[in-house]
Amino acid sequence: MKKKIYDAIVVGAGHNGLTAASYMAKAGLDVLVLEKNDYIGGAAVSRELFPGWKYSNCSYVCSLLRPEIMRDLELYKYGLQIIPYEGSATMMKNGDYYAHYHDHDMTVKSISRHSKHDAEAYDRYSRDVMRQCKIIKPLLKMTPPDLTSFKPKDIFGALEFAKHFAAKDELGGLGEKEIYDTIRFYTMSISDYLDEYFETDITKAHLAGSAIIGTALGPCSPGSAYVLLHHYMGEVDGSIGSWGYARGGMGSITKAMSECLKSHGGTVQASSEVTNVIVKNGRAVGVATKNGDEFYAKKVVSNLDVKRTFLKITDESDLQPDFVERVKNFKIRGSSGKLNIALEGLPTFPSIPKDDPGGNGDLHFTETIEEMEGAYDDWKRGQWSKMPYVDMCLPSKSDPTMAAPGKHFMSVFIQYVPFELANGGWNEQRKQDFGNHIINRIAEYSPDFKDLIAHYEVRTPKDIHDEVGLTEGNIFQGELTMDQLMFNRPVTGYAQYRAPIKDLYMCSSSTHPGGGVMGAPGANAAREILSDMSIKQKGNHY
Amino acid sequence: MNKDLTQAALKFSPFHNRTSRACRTNSWYRWSGYTVVAEYSTTELEYTATRNGTSVMDLTPMYKYEIKGERAKEFINYFVTRDLSNMDNNTVAYVIWCNEEGKVVDDGTVFCLNQNEFKLCCAVKMQTWLKDSADGFDIEISDVTDDIAALSVQGPTSCSVLKNYGATDLELLKPFESKDFIIDGYNVLISRTGFTGDLGYELWTNPENAENMWDSLMESGKHLKIRPMGMHALEMVRIEAGFIQTSTDFVSTEHALRPVRMRSPYEIGMGWLVHLNKESYFIGKRALKEEKENGTTERILVGLDIEGDKPAHGAVIYNKKKEDVGIVTAALWSPTLKRNIAIASLMRPYGSKIKEDIFVEIYHPEELEYKKIWATCKIVKRQFYNPERRNLVPAELY
Repeated sequence: MKKKIYDAIVVGAGHNGLTAASYMAKAGLDVLVLEKNDYIGGAAVSRELFPGWKYSNCSYVCSLLRPEIMRDLELYKYGLQIIPYEGSATMMKNGDYYAHYHDHDMTVKSISRHSKHDAEAYDRYSRDVMRQCKIIKPLLKMTPPDLTSFKPKDIFGALEFAKHFAAKDELGGLGEKEIYDTIRFYTMSISDYLDEYFETDITKAHLAGSAIIGTALGPCSPGSAYVLLHHYMGEVDGSIGSWGYARGGMGSITKAMSECLKSHGGTVQASSEVTNVIVKNGRAVGVATKNGDEFYAKKVVSNLDVKRTFLKITDESDLQPDFVERVKNFKIRGSSGKLNIALEGLPTFPSIPKDDPGGNGDLHFTETIEEMEGAYDDWKRGQWSKMPYVDMCLPSKSDPTMAAPGKHFMSVFIQYVPFELANGGWNEQRKQDFGNHIINRIAEYSPDFKDLIAHYEVRTPKDIHDEVGLTEGNIFQGELTMDQLMFNRPVTGYAQYRAPIKDLYMCSSSTHPGGGVMGAPGANAAREILSDMSIKQKGNHY
Repeated sequence: MNKDLTQAALKFSPFHNRTSRACRTNSWYRWSGYTVVAEYSTTELEYTATRNGTSVMDLTPMYKYEIKGERAKEFINYFVTRDLSNMDNNTVAYVIWCNEEGKVVDDGTVFCLNQNEFKLCCAVKMQTWLKDSADGFDIEISDVTDDIAALSVQGPTSCSVLKNYGATDLELLKPFESKDFIIDGYNVLISRTGFTGDLGYELWTNPENAENMWDSLMESGKHLKIRPMGMHALEMVRIEAGFIQTSTDFVSTEHALRPVRMRSPYEIGMGWLVHLNKESYFIGKRALKEEKENGTTERILVGLDIEGDKPAHGAVIYNKKKEDVGIVTAALWSPTLKRNIAIASLMRPYGSKIKEDIFVEIYHPEELEYKKIWATCKIVKRQFYNPERRNLVPAELY
C-alpha cells in the first residue's frame, strides 16, 4: 500500500509548532503534528497533576503571544481568554513592600512612597523602554534578512530592518540620537541601565527581574538589558509590557491552537516521538518515530530547538560540518527551575496589605541588584542560588478555573538553577533539597504558607530538558544575546526558517524572534514555507 | 436621602454608599439624571470580570414603568412591534416600539409579572409616550424608576455567585425567564437577562434592601472573582455582544431634533423584532408594512471587522470610489476577540447588497498629530461575541 504523503509534518506540538501548523492548515495544507509526550502543548500546558488543581507547570503567564496570531487563528472561538495582571510586588525584609499596578498613576504613587525621585524617573524610563518596544514590534513579524545575500528580498528586508532603527519619525523610526540609545540598550547590563534612571535599590531590583528571567546572565552581565525588553515587548490589548494569565492555564493557548488546527482539517498525534528526519537525495521527505512508524510529507518542520533538530533527529552526515559546529556552539544554558504548588487556601503575605491589587500579580523578595548578582554567582559555581530570585504568582486569585473556590494554585519560577550541579548530577534527594530550600524561603514571607500545601511539583532544568524537551531546560530555546538574535538566530545564514536540508524547516523559539509564548517564530516559518510552495495566505494580519 | 444632597444636580442611586466606597478613581458618569461610577479602578479589569468572573453594575438609573390593568397585556402588544400575545408569566422579552411613522422610539425589556401586570425597562423617559399611547385602554401606568434598585450581575461565575447569595436552583432558570426569591427576608426578582452578551442576571428589589444586597453579593462572590463594573467597561462588553444603545447607535424619535435622523427598526438591525403578521394592530404597523413592501429602507446597521488595531471611533465609511456611505456609531479593540470591531450605519445598498470594497478612514491621534489610516473592513454579524455558556441550561457552575 502506498503511504500517505502529507503536505507538511510538524515535529513537536508546542505553541510554535501548533501556530505554524494552524497557519498552514488554514492556507489549505494537509498537516500532521507529531508530539512525543502523551499530552500536547510542549511548555504551554495545564496539567492536573493533583486532583482538583490545574497546573501551568511550565510557562505560566502570557504577554508575548502576538494578538495578530490570536486574531488570525480566532483563538477566542476555542475558549482563549487573557486575564490581565492587577499588579506586582516585591516584599521587603523590613515588613514593607514595593508594588506596581495595572494603573500607571497608582504605580507612580506607590513608588513615591520609597523615592520621589524614582517615581518621577519611572515616567522617563517607561518612555524610553516604550521607544525600544516600538522599534522592535514590527521586526517580530519579519523574516530576518540575510545580510550576505544579494537577493532583492534580502536587500529590501535589510533596508526595512534598518529603517525601523534609523529612519526619522515620519517613516516610523527614531532620530539619530535614539539609534545610539538603541545600540546601548541592546548591549548594556540591566544594572547599568537602571542606574541611569533610579536611585533606590528596591526600584532597581523590582525592575531588573525581567532582565534575568530565563537567562543565564546576571543583572550585571552585558546584554541583560535586552532580555528586559524581550519581556516588555508583549502587550495585553495595547497595554504594552503588560502580562496576563491565560484563563484555564497556559494549556488553554495550545488547546485553542490545536482546536483551530483541527477545524482546518489538521491532525495532532500525541505519544509519537520523532527519532529521525528521513532524508532522500538531499531532501527531507518524512520522519520516523520511536514506535517504528514512518510518516511522509512534502515539507518537514521542526519545532524542536536547534540542537535537538540537528544534533538529535537529523543525521550528521546530511549536514555540513561547519554548520554542525555552529549548532553545537549555539548557547542554550539551563538556568531556571520551578515549583508548582496546590494550596488549600490563600497564603497570607503580611507585608502586603490585604486586598492590595499589588498582591494579585507576580511576587518577589529580592531587594537589591547585589543579591540578584549573588544568586547568579551561585549558578556559575554549579549550585542553585542560596538567595534565589523568584517570580511567584497565584493565577487562581484571578482565574476561577484553576482550583475550586477558595483553593489556590501557585506557580514559583526560580532563578538560578543549574542544569548540572557541581557536586554531581541531579538526583531525587537533591531535587527535594532544592524544593525544600525554596519552600523555606517563601515561608519566611508567609507564616501560613507551609501548612496550606496540599501537593507540589519540583521542576529542575534537567526535568524540563528530559520531559518537555527544551535543551538544558532553557526556556527560550537559546540565549537571547545579540550574537544569537535576528539574522544570527539560530545560525548565521540560516535565520530564514529554512534548514540546510531542502524541505526541512525550523519554527521553534531557537529562531527569530526567540523565546516566550509568542507564536511569532511559528507564524513566520509558516509564511516562508507557504511562500516556497507558492501559496498565498488570505486575510491574515500576521 | 442625605439632606446635604438636595442641592446636588444629580440623583444618587440607593447603592451610592457602596459604589462610591468601591470607586478608587472618583470617576463618575451621568446616566438619566443619576450619577453612577464610570470606572472603579481600571476599565480593563472591570471588563475582564464580565468575561472571566462576575461583574456587578448599578442598573438603577434605567427607566422603569409599571403597567397594570386587565387590558395591560393587550396594551403592551399594541405598544411594541413584537408579538407578545403568548407571553407567559415570569418571562422577559426584548422589544422595540415605534411611532406611527414606523420610527423607533426606544428599545427595552418587558417583564411579564402576571397577565395583568407588566414592567417596561428602557433608556429614554417614556411616561408621556406610554400615556399618550394608552388612551382608551383604561390601564394604570406609573414611573417606578426611583422605587426599584437594580443590579446587573454578569459573567461566567455569576450563577454560582447568586446561588451562594441564596438563589436556589438558579441554574435552571432559562434565558429571558425571571423568578421571585426571598433572600435574607427581602424580595428580589432575578431575571436571566443582561447587556453583556455573557451568562448573566439582573436583580430587582426595593431600594431599602440595596445596601444589604450589595454586601451579600460581594461576600457571595469573594472566591468567584467578583468585581464592581463601571460604565466604561459596560460600553466594551455591549459592543462585543452587538447590543445597540439609544443615542449612540440610533436617535430616539423623542430626542431627534432633525426628523431625518429618526430610524426605522429595519435601519438599526431590529427588523427581527417587527412582527408584521401579528394579528392585532401595533403602533407603526402600517408604516412598517409599507416600508417592508416597497423596500424603502434607506439604511442598515452592520458589524465591521476592521484591519489593524486602531479603533475607528466616529469614522466615516467609504466605498471604493471614496464616496461617503456611512458612519461608525461605536468602535472597540476587542480584548477577547483580538479584533478591531465596530457597529456602523451604512446607506443601502452598502452593507446589504454591496459588502465588498468598504473602507473606513481612521484618524488615530498620535501625540498632537493625527495618523490617517485607510483601512479595509469586512461586513460581519453585529453579534461579535456569543459564548456557548450564555444560553446554557443548566447554567455553568463553579
